[in-house]
This record gives sequence, structure tokens and C-alpha cells, in this order.
Amino acid sequence: MMRAPASLLPLRLEGLVFEAGGRRIIRGISATLKRGPRTVVLGPNGAGKSVLLRLCHGLLTPTAGAVTWNAPELPSAPRRQAMVFQRPVLLRRSALGNVRYALEVGGVPAREQEDRAYEALCKVGLEGHVDRPARVMSGGEQQRLALARVWALRPEILFLDEPTASLDPGSTHEIEKVILALHEAGTKIVMVTHNLGQARRLADEILFLCRGRLLERQPADQFLRTPASSEAARFLEGELPW
Amino acid sequence: MSTVSEAVAQALALVATWDPKLVSIVLLSLRISLSAIVFGALLGLPFGAWVAVTDFPGRRAVVVILNALMGLPSVVVGLVVYLLLSRAGPLGSFGILFTPAAMVIAQTILIAPTLAALTRQVIGDGWSEYREQLCSLGETRLGAAMTLLWDLKYSLVTILLAGFGRAASEVGAVMIVGGNIDGVTRVMTTTIALETSKGDLPLALALGLVLLSVVLAVNAGAYFVKETAQHRYG
Repeated sequence: MMRAPASLLPLRLEGLVFEAGGRRIIRGISATLKRGPRTVVLGPNGAGKSVLLRLCHGLLTPTAGAVTWNAPELPSAPRRQAMVFQRPVLLRRSALGNVRYALEVGGVPAREQEDRAYEALCKVGLEGHVDRPARVMSGGEQQRLALARVWALRPEILFLDEPTASLDPGSTHEIEKVILALHEAGTKIVMVTHNLGQARRLADEILFLCRGRLLERQPADQFLRTPASSEAARFLEGELPW
Repeated sequence: MSTVSEAVAQALALVATWDPKLVSIVLLSLRISLSAIVFGALLGLPFGAWVAVTDFPGRRAVVVILNALMGLPSVVVGLVVYLLLSRAGPLGSFGILFTPAAMVIAQTILIAPTLAALTRQVIGDGWSEYREQLCSLGETRLGAAMTLLWDLKYSLVTILLAGFGRAASEVGAVMIVGGNIDGVTRVMTTTIALETSKGDLPLALALGLVLLSVVLAVNAGAYFVKETAQHRYG
């Protein structure tokens, strides 16, 4: 009998350092991310938020330190983690074709692909756009399609890198609804944003990064009301902490 | 001046009446250059895509060599293929020198590096856009190369066109390995060269007109395909 694979989580970051072009972007971050709470990574521009997400997701290799999963993914097995980028990259095919492609790469049998892809498009409210070419959709629709792709894959953990940074409030609201639904369905959410309103709406806990260091980790309410560090306080007041 | 205008009139007559000799030369040219494009694409496109998405030691050198080979002189290719296929050459036993097959081989060698170099450029640009997303989904490098080839297929049409243009218009390689044998290996470019030196301008001019029209038609078709695709799929 097949046993369900052991959970990827918790994710342990130990003394993470990342350097590029002679600059130290991440300066020793250690943290443990557990299943459950929605984690939001906050911080000013250049704090290293996006780089941290890419290190976690395996798109970048740390210069020092380690990213350790509870039960690491096997190189040949389908991925159980996913990422949504600020600007979604979609293939020149239909909305359905884009989701099916992700399922194909994810090793989902061909006979299941169509149904799962359609179900995912319904979840993000794109059921009326199944056959539309993805690249000619609006920005908000494209990002919802990127989330449908994630939905179909049912990852254990989802990293989001400012997914609503270039969207209008209406589209942002739609995207946030889908993120909450993914959370309800059991996916661990780790999201980067510098939109404080969004952090307020979505975060259970907040990791505050500044200049490549993890300065604070607090429950969202507490952080937003009474930040511990002066940098975070100034960030919340809208001042740049330097 | 009158000889030229007479020649043009005769050339147009040859084209208008579908002169059998003219038609057979045109068809042979198209058969050879289109075959070369198919084989060149089978070699050049995957190789170019693979170079674009893979990091390996010596990759820069490969890119420089590919780019340099775009300017490969066709007579040199002809000479090398001639040496390989001649009786005393390593592939002499096949006995295909002075046949259309030899001409296809020569043109394939001529255009495959061009196709690979241009493909690497297009796929490389695509790769910098798609890289993180495809890696995030867990795509392999080979899978990524194939995905990019398929996703950027309308841009690759232009590349195939450039390859076809080079194959159809070159004269050096096919002249050497084909031998310009009447009715067997005589193609548009070699006929134009021969007939011009003989002073038989009508046939040369007629073939020149056909060659121009073919290149123009293929270009127009490729442009139309690309525009339509861009409009529909973004």
C-alpha cells in the first residue's frame, strides 16, 4: 500500500546568507515556518524579501547556511511547493492549456488533467475564459490564472512575491480571496508584500526584514500595533528606516 | 538595350507558359532547399534551444563558434562535402556525389549553424523571461527547451525563413557537390550562373524572377503567420 509522503513542513532556515555581485543581500536569517498560520514577509525595498522567497523555493542557492525541509522533495518527483510571481509568466496557449501544462510537468496523468484544470479555473472565477489565449488577458486575470495553476497543483506550501503589486483594488480583492481559499484548503501561505493594508487583511504572523536581516517575527496584530524595533515602527509610519 | 528588353520579354514568356525546363529546375531547387531546411531545423533548433537553456563549461565558446559559422562560405562547405563524398573520401562508398542528396547534405551543413545560432538567441531571450516560472514548476532543462521551442514557434518561423533564403540563394556549395548536371542536379542558382556566362539571358532572367518571387512569397507568408499569431496569442 502506498503511504502519503511525509510533510514538507516545517521548513527550517539556518543562518541563510546570500551574496550577489559582491553585495550581501541576505545576512544570516534563521527561522522555522510551520504548517498553519499565513506568514507575511514585510519590509522596505531592498530588504531582501524576494530573494528570501527564492532561496526558500530553491530558485537561488544560498551562499552560506541551509534551507531544510522536513521531508525534502526528490529531484525526480513532482514538486509539492509552488510560487506566484509579481508578473505571472504564462505560455502562449489558452488559459486551460496553461493549467494543463503545469499538471503535465507535475506528473498528473493525462486523463485527469482536463477536469482538474477546469475545476481550478472555476475556483478563481475564470470558468468563462477557458479557451482564451492567456497572454491577451488583463493583468488581474493573468494573476488569477497563475493562481489557478497553483490551485490545480495543490501544493503544500505556496510562496507569493507581491502578487498584487501592479493590480487595481478590484483585482487585488479577487486575488486575496483566492489566497484565503487556498489557505482554507490547507496550503501554507508565505507572502511578500509591502502593502500594509494587505498585510493586515491576510497575515497571521509577520516576518519583518530590513537590510537582509530578520528584525522581528510577531503575530500580525501585535506587530502592526506595537512593533518592537524602531525600524519597523518607522516602516509602519511610512518613513524609510535610514 | 534591345537585347536586355528582348531577354526580359522572353523570360516573362517562359514564366507565363510554365516552360517545362524552367519548372523542373524550380521544383528541384525547392525540393533540395526545403529538404535542407527540414534536416537543418531538426539539428539546429533543438541544439540552439539546448545551448540557450543549459549551463556547461565551454558554452561561451560554442556560442561564438555558432555565430561565426553563420558566415560560413558556401564554397568551403561545398569543398568539404566534396572531399567527404568523393570516391577516395571517407563517405565515398555511398556514391552520392553529384546527386541531389549531396546537395541536400551541403545545404544542411551550411544552414544548420545559422538556424542554431538564431534559435539560441530567440530561446535565450525567452529563457530569461520564463526561467523562474519553469524552474518553479519543476520543469527539466530538456523540457524547458521543448516548451520554449513550442511557445516561441512563431518567432522561429522567421529563423527558418532566413535559413531557407540562404539555402535557396547559395550557389557555391551546390555547384561543387552537385556538378550542375542538366536535368539531374541543375538548380536555379547554378543555372543562372551557367546561362549568364553562356549568354543565354532569358532562362537566367526567368529563373532570377522566379527565385525572387519565391523568396518574396515565403517572406510575406511568414510575416502574415507571425502577425496573426502575435495578435491572437500575444
